[in-house]
Amino acid sequence: MAGAAVLGRLTWRVSTVTSVRDETATARTIALKIPGWPGHRAGQHVDVRLTSADGYSAQRSYSIASAPDGGQVELTVQRLPDGEVSPYLAQVLDAGDLLELRGPIGGWFVWEPAPAPVLLIAGGSGVVPLMAMIRARAATGTHSPFRLVYSVRAPGDAFYAAELAERQRGDDGLHVAYVYTRTTPPGWPVPPGRIGAGQLTAPGWTPDRSPAVFVCGPTGFVETAANLLVNAGHDPRMIKTERFGPSGGQS
Amino acid sequence: MSTHLDGNVLGGELGELFTVDVTAATGRCASCGTVSAIAQTHVYTDGPGVVARCPACSGVMLRLVRGPGRAWLDVRGISCLQLALPGEP
Repeated sequence: MAGAAVLGRLTWRVSTVTSVRDETATARTIALKIPGWPGHRAGQHVDVRLTSADGYSAQRSYSIASAPDGGQVELTVQRLPDGEVSPYLAQVLDAGDLLELRGPIGGWFVWEPAPAPVLLIAGGSGVVPLMAMIRARAATGTHSPFRLVYSVRAPGDAFYAAELAERQRGDDGLHVAYVYTRTTPPGWPVPPGRIGAGQLTAPGWTPDRSPAVFVCGPTGFVETAANLLVNAGHDPRMIKTERFGPSGGQS
Repeated sequence: MSTHLDGNVLGGELGELFTVDVTAATGRCASCGTVSAIAQTHVYTDGPGVVARCPACSGVMLRLVRGPGRAWLDVRGISCLQLALPGEP
């Protein structure tokens, strides 16, 4: 939004955790209040820095999950078993605690409200910035057709499942399709498997409609999905990708 | 070869140095001439600094090393950088 365009170097800020809530058995949403926050755009991220008593510090990037809302920001953090930062964020941090961060970061992997159709492709916790776009679409009353293709290992790994189901009711412009790579829900029509060309093709989001495409997930997932999209005829210039991984990325 | 991330992850480090977002800027690779958004470069973060490579030819476009109170930025692999300036039509 307008506030996000303020010119200035990024500096570290101290935010306050206002609440935490579980999304899955291993992921948690952290709501923060950030004094002086200039606002953000859907798709942007923050860098979080943890510093121990002896001065050692570690920092990671986390996507913003919430629609722009003044000084309020929500992050959803997936706990990685051997992570250096995510176990603290997803298990220890609680309401009232302080958290050092800088942001908003990124001006490329962002969605601005516009009438063009949007195709969102998420691998695992790559859904977080795409959820910010879905929430921003609703918050701004934008009616552009949105389709989310969301690849997860098993049904219990899906973030925001209840909210996505609720948002789809009464909104025929929002479509959500799940891809299960390890375990499907009972009675699911196809066996588990990796994302394929078929799941990325849907009437309304075909290349001739020139949808804006956002792909976010682990590197291998992003490259697979981007290749499938280009092979299906999508203009590479319409495909925006964001990769994350354990090294310096979201961990 | 280690797994790469992409230039989106550079936003925080470059945002410490510049007042405009550099990840949305486009850069021309000095090796092959391909123009990419900095966000699309392939970024390796497991060395002492970060290295951004051209997604087309893997040529090194940008290297950034941070130390206490200091930064080293090598952009000789980018022959031209085009930046959007917010607030201008």
